[in-house]
Amino acid sequence: MSDSVVFFLIQILNGIQYGLLLFLVASGLTLVFGIMGIINLAHGSFYMLGAYLAFALTQLTGNLFLAILLAAPLAIIFGLALEALLFRPLYARDHLYQVLLTYGLILALEEMRSLIFGDDVHGVAMPAFLDFSIHLSGPLSYPAYRLVMSGACLVIAGGLWLAIQKTRLGMAIRAGSTNREMVQSLGIDIAWVYRIVFAFGVLLAAFAGMIAAPVASVYPGMGNQILIVSFVVVVIGGIGSIKGAFLGSLLIGLADTFGQVLAPHWAGMTVYLLMAAVLLWRPAGLFGGSTIR
Amino acid sequence: MSRRNLIELAVLAALALFPLLAGTFYLQLVAKIMIMAIFAMSLDLLVGYAGLVSFGHAAFFGIGAYALMVLSPQYGAANLWLSLPIAMIAAGLAALAIGLLVLRCSGVYFIMVTLAFAQMFFYYATGSKFLGGSDGAYIYVKPSADLLGWTPFSLDGAVAFYALALAALAAAYILLRLVLRSLFGHALRGIKSNETRMRALGFSTFGIKLAAFGLAGALAGLAGYLDAAQFGTVNPELFSWQLSGIVLMMVILGGMGTLYGPVLGAFALVLLEDSLADATRHWLLPMGIFIMLAVLFLPQGIGGLLRRAAWMRARG
Repeated sequence: MSDSVVFFLIQILNGIQYGLLLFLVASGLTLVFGIMGIINLAHGSFYMLGAYLAFALTQLTGNLFLAILLAAPLAIIFGLALEALLFRPLYARDHLYQVLLTYGLILALEEMRSLIFGDDVHGVAMPAFLDFSIHLSGPLSYPAYRLVMSGACLVIAGGLWLAIQKTRLGMAIRAGSTNREMVQSLGIDIAWVYRIVFAFGVLLAAFAGMIAAPVASVYPGMGNQILIVSFVVVVIGGIGSIKGAFLGSLLIGLADTFGQVLAPHWAGMTVYLLMAAVLLWRPAGLFGGSTIR
Repeated sequence: MSRRNLIELAVLAALALFPLLAGTFYLQLVAKIMIMAIFAMSLDLLVGYAGLVSFGHAAFFGIGAYALMVLSPQYGAANLWLSLPIAMIAAGLAALAIGLLVLRCSGVYFIMVTLAFAQMFFYYATGSKFLGGSDGAYIYVKPSADLLGWTPFSLDGAVAFYALALAALAAAYILLRLVLRSLFGHALRGIKSNETRMRALGFSTFGIKLAAFGLAGALAGLAGYLDAAQFGTVNPELFSWQLSGIVLMMVILGGMGTLYGPVLGAFALVLLEDSLADATRHWLLPMGIFIMLAVLFLPQGIGGLLRRAAWMRARG
């Protein structure tokens, strides 16, 4: 294979890897919206939280995997606490108030991050046994860690699909997004489903931050960047659609990566132009609807 | 004259007499507040009257500001009478173009899509060399009020700029009151409460919403223009979602669906921001907590609180 073909291939791998990472954040966003009707601007802050937890715990334990194992339950506890304290009063309120409350939450979380960790960029050590590159051709190679990242995201995406399509909880989630009252009258505790979905969404976003930390490093504002791109993913895929989020994530991942390569100056705009194009074609997104599918 | 007119006149008089009492620092602060009040009022037209929750209103603020930068010759002054309308028209046209797309969506889609479009402008400004890239650019000289060789006033002094900001605020307020009293304004409120019904009554709801979006964009452009003129600098942060969030908070804090609400909200939030920033470098933490508490416990805003107090007193 010639170098340019390999280079092209590497970009495709990069785009897919970024897209899969986006999926972890966007799927939580779309699930929380689909079932709870909550628009959560602070979802990106959970990504940031995961990254900084990975940073702190890797320094403490010296091992990223151990850090992830320790951080995951912390993320779930954090999610449950937030749901109980801030989000529960919001279920019945207008989207406007949800937007503003979670906007305030972003400011507070971002500033707490600044208080605890400062405003410097920090690197996170990669696990030593994954710190190598796979030689492709000529001077081109691909880092093994990124492949593992993509693999992990794929496994989670598959698990998520199975959980929603094949389990009783998944059934409750799908049903709850269609008709809340009916589900309740069938004896399913919808408040309990909400709690699980919210905490799980926090965990997914935090996990994305954790595994991305060694590649992307941890820095101020990292959560907001991914949040807005995740919104675009959700809009393109259709709100509440996991399938849409998956396809949208890959589309955006590839569009952004190739935008960076082909038009570096305008790279930030590619994803938004793509979004505008999709909206012109299908205003409700590719898999639009308001139920979890 | 109604009581409301009296209060409006009293506030106008107080703002007009303020330069007699205050020094440069406070004049600049209140000028900044009045500019933000115009911005917040323009958003209230969408949020409070049309029920369109835009989370990307900073896009048009930024366009107004950048228009002044582009129209100012390097080290020279732009003409106020030309550049101001051009900035407003540019922002208004951009709002119409974006409105054509975003008004196809509603509810939560609308929130996300307006945010995404503002973000597009943010990245455009960041990537564009012509617009100064991520550092932005300076506007070295304030616009001149030159009118065919005759210059009625100069904007260099703090008082003159304050007067311009006050005039703009008063003009925007009167314009919006007239608009809201017209058939158009009533149709807009009708759309907020029941769009299907308005359509069944024969109103072109899309056209009405688009016109409101365009008008709100032009007024946000006016605010952005004044902001750039006041501080002599533009940067991509003017398009940022943080600014869109702050202005939305002003509308809610003051009380949406009223014209005085956004003005109250602008005063409260800018003053709070100023005093917090004086007290601590980490002022965003108390600010964030304040916003969350206000949303949870003060959903009708300060305006709602005042209305309730007046109602309680009337009831005895």
